[in-house]
Amino acid sequence: MTPTFRQRATDALADKALRSNFRGAMDFLREKRASVFTDERELAELRALGHQIRANVLSRLPSLLEQLEAQCQKNGIQVHWAETPNEACEIIYQIMHRRNAKLAVKGKSMVSEEVGLNHYLETRGIECIESDMGEYIVQLAEETPSHIIMPAIHKSKEQIARLFEEKIDGVGYTNNVDELIGVGRTILRDKFFKADVGISGVNFAVAETGTLCLVENEGNGRMCTTIPPVHIAITGIEKVVEKISDIPPLLSLLTRSATGQRITTYFNMISSPRKKGERDGPEEVHLVLLDNGRSRIYQDTHLQETLRCIRCGACMNHCPVYSRIGGHAYGTVYPGPIGQVVMPQIEGLEKHGEMTEGCSLNGACGEVCPVEIPLADLIRTLRQKKSAAAIPPDNRAGIGSHRKKTEAIAWMFWKWVHRAPAIYLMVTFAISRLRLLMPRSFGAWTRYHSAPKPAPQTLHELMRHRKQATSKEDQL
Amino acid sequence: MSEHTPSIPAEVYFFGTCLIDVFYPDAGISAIELIEREGIKVIFPPQQTCCGQPPYNSGYNDEAIEVAAAQIALFTRPIPVVVPSASCAAMMKHHYPRLLEGHPLHAQALNLANRIYEFSEFLSNTVNITLQDKGPPIKIVLHQSCSARREMQVTTQTMQLLHQLENVEICEPERASECCGFGGTFAIKQPEISAAMGKDKCDAIKKTGVLNLISGDCGCLMHLSGMMAKDNAPIRSEHIASLLWRRTR
Repeated sequence: MTPTFRQRATDALADKALRSNFRGAMDFLREKRASVFTDERELAELRALGHQIRANVLSRLPSLLEQLEAQCQKNGIQVHWAETPNEACEIIYQIMHRRNAKLAVKGKSMVSEEVGLNHYLETRGIECIESDMGEYIVQLAEETPSHIIMPAIHKSKEQIARLFEEKIDGVGYTNNVDELIGVGRTILRDKFFKADVGISGVNFAVAETGTLCLVENEGNGRMCTTIPPVHIAITGIEKVVEKISDIPPLLSLLTRSATGQRITTYFNMISSPRKKGERDGPEEVHLVLLDNGRSRIYQDTHLQETLRCIRCGACMNHCPVYSRIGGHAYGTVYPGPIGQVVMPQIEGLEKHGEMTEGCSLNGACGEVCPVEIPLADLIRTLRQKKSAAAIPPDNRAGIGSHRKKTEAIAWMFWKWVHRAPAIYLMVTFAISRLRLLMPRSFGAWTRYHSAPKPAPQTLHELMRHRKQATSKEDQL
Repeated sequence: MSEHTPSIPAEVYFFGTCLIDVFYPDAGISAIELIEREGIKVIFPPQQTCCGQPPYNSGYNDEAIEVAAAQIALFTRPIPVVVPSASCAAMMKHHYPRLLEGHPLHAQALNLANRIYEFSEFLSNTVNITLQDKGPPIKIVLHQSCSARREMQVTTQTMQLLHQLENVEICEPERASECCGFGGTFAIKQPEISAAMGKDKCDAIKKTGVLNLISGDCGCLMHLSGMMAKDNAPIRSEHIASLLWRRTR
């Protein structure tokens, strides 16, 4: 049986190295972000603008997607629609198969993780090498990303050094970061030239011009999208934006929120395959647009806010839960607050309902979200759906799948007590009078806390006495 | 009768909250004494129970709605409602209108929402209270809850009150803005994560060397003081209303 979220989180909490890796990295990222958003008013205005741009996209999503498709085609970019992860993988596999491709290099793409692309290609005899340094490390360790921006953030440089020593022939132990990056760089450079296909994600797809924007720091994205003869970009349908002029504010919000950079080292705008007379660039460019539940999310005006996300990862960086348990504990492709909102919606509440419990609703995520997604509200809404009493007939979303009889009965009792003042007063009176007889153990609460001590008299009682005293005074 | 400047109401409702009712009634009385001292009549509807936040945050909206509706029906006169907890205040101010959408009481919920004041916010903004510190010098750690910071946004008002107490020195623990891990039913459903967050918060508080912990939210206080007591840490925790009343009476 797969361990529950709670079990995985408990295990992560006990892992001292992991705790310190995440604590250090998250503190660093929070500070970096704060250092580039020093003007509170500018930040508020920029976030409001980002919110508006993305909300505007969602208000006309179907027509913008059609426009994106037409503009891309006009530019010579071939557009493919995939409803499911399997469809997306098959589309990519068929493109590669047609070209008899055996080796692909991939830039960082969470959507490719979402569809399980590496595994799909591997079982069909195609090697897919991750070229982002973090992703490369994760692939080498046969793990999954623990963060959507910094996939290997769970590892210390010493752990990476040991991994390189163990997995790469001829590499000795060094915890010098430059040397470690040098190792990866040398290996990857060779792969870029040999690769038959380059695969990348997309940060923004511009409908107006049919431009694919790719934000990165290492240059591997540019290599993947320019050196191999075929470039396949994969992204979710929500990544479309209306106009090229929407890009500067969104890009600024993305890089500052994600890594505290005013701009990344590379910003690629891909607008076509190699044109006649051009000396470089791929012969074919493909865009795979993935739905995977997004159009279902789109149907609900509240949950639709999920789709504003530009995948900066600031919500996880600032989440006090993620900062302590790390990304793997969520057991999903997208971890942290945005993962808690996205995963139960795309893969169903039945499978991922429990992860919505891993949140104190403190709101730190929503406070930093560059497009003002009310993450805590969405998490609360999903909790409600997972525990709903009424289950709809076609229930792919898993509504009501986590409703527990004991919990439902407990809340029913709670309601009876709190909606009827007479019962409430009796119960609270009893608690205050029996305070010394109260059990010393209250399940999980007393494992970490001393038992709470009720006051000898409730506020209601004290107020009653006060009122009686005043009315006596009035009578005198 | 006492004199009022036009902006200061003659009467207010007081919503005591269920945690104060059972565990911290002294904080409730202190808050009421402070308001009354300003010449404002405090009305405490005796039928009040809980704002309904626990089931609401757990996804049990039907149960939350019934209890919220019962509270809404009690606070109908057009006067402010003072709530000595940012978390409960946020429930009534920001979440009631959403929770009761489509409910016959929705208009009343909206009306009530506009009259909700967190206790520090009320004393500082509405009353513009002047406080005279009569207590000996002490140091305190102030824990501002996530609701106070993000939903009610009353942290400056709370500081404004405490800064008036000239013998009180406020110390800030590291990562002060990070959640203490209470989160209501979160502490019951995910006790390990909640405790890990609580332990970090307790450690940060202990590191300041200060022995008085003050907060405007009794949920956080119960969580943190409960963890401290389990650890035999000699820290005294108190609601801000109790501190203010104790030192200025």
